Amino acid sequence: MIFEDEPVPGYPLPIRPGHTSPGRLERILRAGEFAVTTELAPPDSADPEEVYQRARIFDRYVDAINATDGSGANCHMSSMAVCALLTRLGYAPVMQISCRDKNRIAIQGDILGGAAMGVCNMLCLTGDGVQAGDHPQALPVFDLDCMSLLATARTLRDEHRFLSGRKITHAPRVFLGAASNPFGQPTEWRAERLAKKVAAGAQFVQTQYCYDVPLLKTFMSRVEDLGLFGKVFVLVGVGPLRSAKTAEWMRANVPGLHIPDAVIKRLAGARDGAREGRNLCVELIEQIREVRGVSGVHVMAYRQEDSVPEIIERSGVLRGRVPWYPGRDPQASGPPPAMQLSNTMAAS
Amino acid sequence: MYAVRLWSVRHARGLNAFYRGFETVLAGLHPLFKRIGYERLERPVAAVEHSVKGLLFDCRMCGQCLLSSTGMSCPMNCPKQLRNGPCGGVRDNGHCEVRPEMKCVWYQAVAGSARIAGGREALSQVQPAVDRRLQGRSSWLRVARERAGAAA
Repeated sequence: MIFEDEPVPGYPLPIRPGHTSPGRLERILRAGEFAVTTELAPPDSADPEEVYQRARIFDRYVDAINATDGSGANCHMSSMAVCALLTRLGYAPVMQISCRDKNRIAIQGDILGGAAMGVCNMLCLTGDGVQAGDHPQALPVFDLDCMSLLATARTLRDEHRFLSGRKITHAPRVFLGAASNPFGQPTEWRAERLAKKVAAGAQFVQTQYCYDVPLLKTFMSRVEDLGLFGKVFVLVGVGPLRSAKTAEWMRANVPGLHIPDAVIKRLAGARDGAREGRNLCVELIEQIREVRGVSGVHVMAYRQEDSVPEIIERSGVLRGRVPWYPGRDPQASGPPPAMQLSNTMAAS
Repeated sequence: MYAVRLWSVRHARGLNAFYRGFETVLAGLHPLFKRIGYERLERPVAAVEHSVKGLLFDCRMCGQCLLSSTGMSCPMNCPKQLRNGPCGGVRDNGHCEVRPEMKCVWYQAVAGSARIAGGREALSQVQPAVDRRLQGRSSWLRVARERAGAAA
């Protein structure tokens, strides 16, 4: 799909009325398309090519790529650097920002810096505790939480000022996201918590892995009751389970992750567990697509990234649409992204 | 103390009502506080506040008390210091992901807020980032000063 005002696909778009970013993800969602996003595991390396290799796997299948920020409290290449590398090629990254490692001074600087490098989407997270990762000795910062981080990013964008009140000459034009866990305890408060995130500035959310569609439906109807349809785009998290054993391990060790017994039984009964895991993922996407109020899926296939194209292809959720990727439109040419970027920013 | 902290959430309704009354008393004491001088009172009052609220809520003296909005469950006991919890990692038994032996502070807050009239509405308010300069200072004196200021 090419937008009529997108002369050079892959480059930042003019910001339409009612939009807050020059990004394609916001365009896709506001156009009512079913969006597909995924997650890139940042390398333990300083080689940019490793980032590009990991991104290329998703070419033609995803609308945006999340760059995780020390996920699981493990050290990797920073999310802002991954995003800056991705925007050089025109990819649409979602820059994850965690409150665990940085205080409000560093985070506000990153929001400006990320936007300056062409990042159009930012996902505001509290982050995992340091005990979960490979540096449990580290100082957990948590100066802000996901909610005050959202409010902060919105202040920068809409009020053109820092939290201190000091003016920003050019506000970051970003589409703000958050995480949501419809399946976590206390389940009765989960939709209310989403409402709070929307009030704080969330325009889209990506959820925890969904393996229980009836529970998702209950959550979404509560979301509708709270009047949130049309105020926030909900992208439901999905991912292939490699085996019954992996599923059991994840259920026991990833707090807040809900996997029903039936899922584990099904994987255990299959001859090829990984294959069955992918089949299940495809089926879940098909069912999730039909749930009222769902705007897309967020495919998290940690260490199984290769399976993402197959899963998206088989689920048919793109309905023939080919999301932009570098080289999709060989006839298109234009100024380098950096120049285009500064023109767009000047115009907005 | 952990056990007392859980008791306080179970009795959120009564404690909240008491707190409301106590705040009115504090506001009434403003002229007296002003005469003695708020800065002179800061250390002794903070010490009393710490021992009372420390016992009842495991208060961490953030200096900007939120208990009435969090079902009398002190959010500063959350290992992530969430002011807008609970996070997505609450365990199925309602315990904390970082400290599995502890009940999630925010799971408790949701339960406690249901016991207070208007508790859920208060819990729905987005809380701003903590002002770290107020750490160790008295919330009571702040309330007295602010309530009196608002009334004036």
